[in-house]
Amino acid sequence: MENLHSLTAHELKELMASSPVEPSKILGDVLKRVDALDGKIRAFALVNRDGARKACASAKGGGRLSGIPVLMKDNICVAGEETTCASRILKGFKPPYDATVTRKLKEDGAVLIGKANMDEFAFGSSCETSCYGATRNPWDLDRIPGGSSGGSAAAVAADETIVALGSDTGGSIRQPAALCGVVGMKPTYGRVSRYGLIAFASSLDQIGPITKDVKDASLLLGVIAGHDEMDSTSVDLPVPDYTKSLTKDIKGVRVGVPKEYFVKGIDREVEDSVKKAIGVLKDLGAEVIDISLPHTGYAVSTYYIIGPAEASSNLARFDGVQYGLRDSTAKDIIGMYTRTRSEGFGDEAKRRILLGTYCLSAGYYDAYYLKALKVRTKIREDFDNAFKSCDCIVTPTSPTPAFRIGEKTDDPIAMYLSDVYTIPANLAGLPAMSIPCGFSSGGLPVGLQIMAKPFDEEMIFRVAYAFEQSTDFHKKRPRL
Amino acid sequence: MEKSAKPPRKGSAKPTRKGTNYETVIGLEVHLQLKTNSKVFCGCATTFGKAPNSQTCPVCLGFPGSLPVLNEAAFLLAVKVALALNCKIQDLIKFDRKNYYYPDLPKNFQISQYDMPLSYDGFIDIGSESSFSRKRIRIKRVHLEEDAGKLIHPPEGGCSLVDFNRTGIPLLEIVTEPDINSPQEAYDYLTRLKSILEYLRVSDCDMEKGSLRCDANISVRPAGDNALGTKVELKNMNTFKGVRLGLEYEVKRQVSLVSDGERIVQETRLWDADKSVTISMRSKEEAKDYRYFPEPDLVPFVVDKSVVEKIKSGLPELPEAKAKRFIKDFGLSEYDAGVITGQIDIADYFEECARSHGNRKTIANWIMGDIMAYLNTKNMPITAFGLAPAALVSLLKMIDSGSISGKMAKDVLAEAIETKAKPEDIVARKGLAQISDSGKLEEAVKAVLARNEKSVNDYKSGKKNALAFLVGQIMKETKGAANPVMVNEILKRNLGE
Repeated sequence: MENLHSLTAHELKELMASSPVEPSKILGDVLKRVDALDGKIRAFALVNRDGARKACASAKGGGRLSGIPVLMKDNICVAGEETTCASRILKGFKPPYDATVTRKLKEDGAVLIGKANMDEFAFGSSCETSCYGATRNPWDLDRIPGGSSGGSAAAVAADETIVALGSDTGGSIRQPAALCGVVGMKPTYGRVSRYGLIAFASSLDQIGPITKDVKDASLLLGVIAGHDEMDSTSVDLPVPDYTKSLTKDIKGVRVGVPKEYFVKGIDREVEDSVKKAIGVLKDLGAEVIDISLPHTGYAVSTYYIIGPAEASSNLARFDGVQYGLRDSTAKDIIGMYTRTRSEGFGDEAKRRILLGTYCLSAGYYDAYYLKALKVRTKIREDFDNAFKSCDCIVTPTSPTPAFRIGEKTDDPIAMYLSDVYTIPANLAGLPAMSIPCGFSSGGLPVGLQIMAKPFDEEMIFRVAYAFEQSTDFHKKRPRL
Repeated sequence: MEKSAKPPRKGSAKPTRKGTNYETVIGLEVHLQLKTNSKVFCGCATTFGKAPNSQTCPVCLGFPGSLPVLNEAAFLLAVKVALALNCKIQDLIKFDRKNYYYPDLPKNFQISQYDMPLSYDGFIDIGSESSFSRKRIRIKRVHLEEDAGKLIHPPEGGCSLVDFNRTGIPLLEIVTEPDINSPQEAYDYLTRLKSILEYLRVSDCDMEKGSLRCDANISVRPAGDNALGTKVELKNMNTFKGVRLGLEYEVKRQVSLVSDGERIVQETRLWDADKSVTISMRSKEEAKDYRYFPEPDLVPFVVDKSVVEKIKSGLPELPEAKAKRFIKDFGLSEYDAGVITGQIDIADYFEECARSHGNRKTIANWIMGDIMAYLNTKNMPITAFGLAPAALVSLLKMIDSGSISGKMAKDVLAEAIETKAKPEDIVARKGLAQISDSGKLEEAVKAVLARNEKSVNDYKSGKKNALAFLVGQIMKETKGAANPVMVNEILKRNLGE
């Protein structure tokens, strides 16, 4: 069997069920692909050949993803495997424990093949801030793959893995999925345990799947979702069988289209693709409704207060005392902190730590952080109101297709605005998915975002699958 | 008063306030480790004195990706303490992060409570009910947080070591209003607080092991002034006595400064117990901004009112109530009841004795006298005391029946404590039983009188103190075992009175 790497997880599972295809054969094929391509794509922070081979040998057949290669974003802990968040400050850090999602995947029999490159500490939308260097977009190697889960999305798009996990704080799964032409889902806040996910912004972070199609996403989410006693913010609700939502039937589903998402700043080709996609949904029997989310314009500013504020505190632990980088030339403890953090963090990490520290400081807290919390409530209420008249909301995932490497590195605000459509779902805690919905004239993928009510991932799977099965965008692969 | 912010110029007259009376204003902050099996946000054990870093996990070490989960037992103990201190319980419990860098704090933030403490508006009454020193000290707040680790500085230098065993032990912060007006009141408050906490059995309350720690805020102001003086934070007091001494020193230091027209610097000072002075540690001008914000990893939760009610109704009898009952049921004086109920284990010891012996005043005297003196010198809790309540009662019964004297009983008690033998066995073995046999005593008296003709004559000629000498001789003859009351009687009869 040739080109096993180009198949999806569900295709491989079917294959394994009907013919003697060993997990080691799939792994071998995928690793061959990595060896051939990753020199130019640089999607991997670490390839764990030995661990993956051992996992293959012990992979039992019963699990939903047993024998399937999975790539983990480098901010998800895998016991004994270097986990750095693509930061110099965590160089050499091997967590002594598995993240809950890691444990679940291992128990299911999945084969963890390594760690995906990312923006340092997930701060970024382009995968350019990594200490390992920038990841390239498989559709155009001069362009960014999106971020921060750029390595995960690029690897899936380039068939360097079968599926991947990313994390999404303001769009970090969906935006790179859109820019790489794959499926990426941020589950409802609390759906997937964050235990072992190195925190960026605790109230916004969620782990989610990045896959070649919707069915794989439903399989992967099914494995990693669920309540975890180790994470107080994970919610104790039963996990449905998401594959049952893949019915292709969306007749009568009310699809909301918010007017605030189609304004100045959106790329014309993106707008066209998304509008065509809405047309497809209509043709499939969905009822398209114009809605308004009036506080959308405040989402980015709100996010850039809450996110950095939490990050400034979450990242305080990287001080050289227990693990990771330590500058031992300093004469005292303050010197050790200062030098370790000065050397260890990149510019964007420093920028966000400073932003967050400032927002939480005495005298500024009320004006920034507290105000942002209030606006966050307003944004949540926008969605609560909207969902009174619709079952899901569709929007573009990103205002533009992939931009060129270096294009926005000197303009943080421009970079921040590339998450303008994805941030609201994080602030409101909603589930949201990006699926391929078209290509620009330059051949770059465009993503459609589907959002639903909290814990109604099933609605998203239903709409996404119906759309996907009536289009061919997900079948198109970059020429590499 | 704006002028006083600047040091007076040389040569200019200082606005001295000699002869003014000053009032002391003190607020206390007590940190109490709660006695739970596991830490407040992870499952690690909390045993004191284990090998460094042997009781740690990714959560209490603050490893990347780890998350806190609230230990319900710690929360329930916190509510118990809060209720016993007459506090109101917050409807919604939330935690906050207190951000600061220190190597004993692995996350470089402490999970604590900021604007919505677990409980607030409580009080403790100090001084016995009818005394002049009776006073209510209001408690501003009681909140739950995590303890930090311990820094160890090896004497050879070169590095500092961190022991994270203590990191994450549940810690209650109990803060008073500035209602305390003297070092003695501070001492009384702490004693009463510790007493209540011991009754609740929620903590070891051991200052030496650090399970109870106390910081103070202290200022002075001219008596009658409404505005508070500049406060000084006082730390590093390792005993209640140290708190009192440190505060006494501060009162003197501050009053003397203010009287000389000097200004008090707002600062943190450390009590140096060896030198008996307070030393400036850091001034508040460099005070930190803790950048508190809600802990996003812990979900706020609504307190179940029925749980609070259940804890409330399950509270044990507290020191004051017990003292009242001892006065009413056992006829103790207010003073004795106060002393006896000061420590739960002593109160229990007393009560067990009192149940099987009618003379409660005698029991109290023995406990407050020889027994507490012994425990104090040995620095021993009564729970480790060798003499069971039943043994004390049997000793007291031997005195009542006249079979031993009170003086003998003291010796028997001392021996019983040392050897753990039963008092009646000691008495029997040593032949200590008091001679109350009138025939035997008659013989002894006659023998002594026959040998001491001079003293007999002295007595008869009016030298009454010769009697004491003769009694002494009789006691000597009987090796101290003679019943002194009977000796007196028989002696006087034989001397012809």
